[in-house]
Amino acid sequence: MAEVVVDKVSRSFGSHKALDEMSIAFPDKGFYGLLGPSGSGKTTLLRMIAGFDFPDAGRIAIGGEGVERVPVEKRRIGMVFQNYALFPNMSVAENVAFGLSVRGETRGAIEVEVKRALDLVQLGHLGERRPHQLSGGQRQRVALARAIVTKPRVLLLDEPLSALDKALRVDMQIELKRIQREIGITTIFVTHDQEEALTMSDRIGILRDGRLVQEGPPEEIYDRPESEFAATFLGDANILRGVATGNGIRLPDGTVVVANQGTKPAVGTSASCAVRPERISIGEADNATLGEENRLKGRVSKRIFGGNSSTYFVEHRGDIIKVHVQNNGGTSLAEGQDVILRWSPESAVLIGM
Amino acid sequence: MATSIRGRGGIGPALPLLTPAYLWLVVAIFLPLSAMALFSFMTELPMSGRDWSLTLEHYAAFFSSGLYVTLLWASIRLGLEVTLWCAIIGFPAAYVLARVLKGRAREAIFLLVILPFWSNGLVRIFSWAMVLREGGLLDTTLNAILPFRIDIDLMYSYPAVIIGLVHSYVPYMVLTCYLTLQAIDNALIEAARSLGASRLQTLRRVVLPLAMPGLLAGSVLIFVPVVGSFMEPRILGGRTGTFYGTVIEDQFVAVFNWPLGAALSFILLAVVLVILSLSAPILRRVQ
Ligand SMILES: Nc1ncnc2c1ncn2[C@@H]1O[C@H](COP(=O)(O)OP(=O)(O)OP(=O)(O)O)[C@@H](O)[C@H]1O
Ligand SMILES: [Mg+2]
Repeated sequence: MAEVVVDKVSRSFGSHKALDEMSIAFPDKGFYGLLGPSGSGKTTLLRMIAGFDFPDAGRIAIGGEGVERVPVEKRRIGMVFQNYALFPNMSVAENVAFGLSVRGETRGAIEVEVKRALDLVQLGHLGERRPHQLSGGQRQRVALARAIVTKPRVLLLDEPLSALDKALRVDMQIELKRIQREIGITTIFVTHDQEEALTMSDRIGILRDGRLVQEGPPEEIYDRPESEFAATFLGDANILRGVATGNGIRLPDGTVVVANQGTKPAVGTSASCAVRPERISIGEADNATLGEENRLKGRVSKRIFGGNSSTYFVEHRGDIIKVHVQNNGGTSLAEGQDVILRWSPESAVLIGM
Repeated sequence: MATSIRGRGGIGPALPLLTPAYLWLVVAIFLPLSAMALFSFMTELPMSGRDWSLTLEHYAAFFSSGLYVTLLWASIRLGLEVTLWCAIIGFPAAYVLARVLKGRAREAIFLLVILPFWSNGLVRIFSWAMVLREGGLLDTTLNAILPFRIDIDLMYSYPAVIIGLVHSYVPYMVLTCYLTLQAIDNALIEAARSLGASRLQTLRRVVLPLAMPGLLAGSVLIFVPVVGSFMEPRILGGRTGTFYGTVIEDQFVAVFNWPLGAALSFILLAVVLVILSLSAPILRRVQ
């Protein structure tokens, strides 16, 4: 078990910088979710930590020990691959035993450890099967058991659940999280699925073009994104653009939007304000004047029914603002209707340019 | 209704497609082979009106004289040795081709490897003769480089036969191993390494077992024809190049004792089949 520190790591493929002076500290025993668009360098970073690839510059330390020049097999890491990568020529038990037997452990010790690992992933009864006789979820469990049986210092997972269907994926998320807690292993988890990252991670890092855009606990990133990219990449967000007024921004039409979150940009510079669609309430008339609230007039241009909630697309001077509303039995608004949008300054995040 | 059932699962619709292949098999393989089988039981060839009768004497000849058994044993040893060398040379070459080289370099090396396939067998063998004989290419080159004088005359020796045969047959091993090696998912190799296996352990415990089908297919493809080979032993082996295959060839082209040649051929076929079937369970376990 160990903390992993990546310090100013760069890696180029030809003229393309896959990682550009990337620095992240992955806390000991933590579950760290790496998110980012395709090609942002997530896999490259994971492969560096694993030791399949080596940085052009920068340092990588596992548990305080510099590992940039240590080969994979000496790094004591566990890796779970997207396509499971189970050895087809071995049974489930032999797959799990592989890491122990190449270390030269005794037959008895191996048997005990393999059984414990298979029980942990609830596959104790399938040890004799071959990988091709397992379902996708079972293969994933075997891959996990194989990766953790050697007691690695870090567990690396590159989109391990993306090949599973939705229901199974949710099961495996819970399972993976349970096992991670139980053995308390530093875990780095790459995913495309923002919901998965939000529900599983203790910390999230958002990557873009080989750089770390923002990192922190899921709530913090969700509630206080520091850039338009972070706001729109993790979850849905409305971005209003205008000129900074100190504690808010002035929209082109003169409306002032007050925002209490985020860092205040210098007055007069262009700035934007991010608001989550579920934080906005939508109403027909401008009833009650509730003190500090932000208000915006608009017209419903479209409504999309989504089961437990609906999404309204409200037009305000050419901009479209999205609003999520719980379908709790109230009357719904018709397309073309004039409405008032309201949200509190606490729900608005200021973002400088 | 009956036709519709036949149409679905039966051989019916495939018949027009299969016919040419079966016709070819009958004409090119089954007929000559049956003729040979018949010859092997005849006292004389039924040509130019000579009398003939059925006999087992040619088969008896194999067992009555220790010579044939000794030669067959020598040929089997030759087959094993050539197969082994082909594996030793072919597998690493296939590994490099499949897993190390990329793009242009791979294509170029691939071409070099299968070139012997496309060259005429006799040309290939006589080229070796020029290289291996005393005062030949190898002798001259080595003596030009080395400070001391050595005499290289491999011509008409057992090693020359091995060299010629390995050169002719190694492409089979490279091709079959290449096919299985390039099908191995790179993630499997990375998984092994991430679990603490060194390169060598990964090769031995993951790559080799997964490449075994190719290695076996290559071995069978090489062993069977090498046991019956006659061209390389005769040209490169000279007096030392008497093997089971050359004796069979003699019966057909020199002695004109076709029935004996045919009988010896069928004994070879039987022995090879027995060897393959005996080794099948062992090989399967290795896999
Ligand atoms: N071996 C390589 N050779 C050349 N370019 C590479 C190589 N590996 C990665 N790249 C490039 O580096 C960049 C980052 O790739 P990487 O695989 O890390 O992205 P990713 O964030 O994992 O994307 P995805 O979400 O699609 O898996 C990409 O532009 C990719 O094309
Ligand atoms: Mg990736």
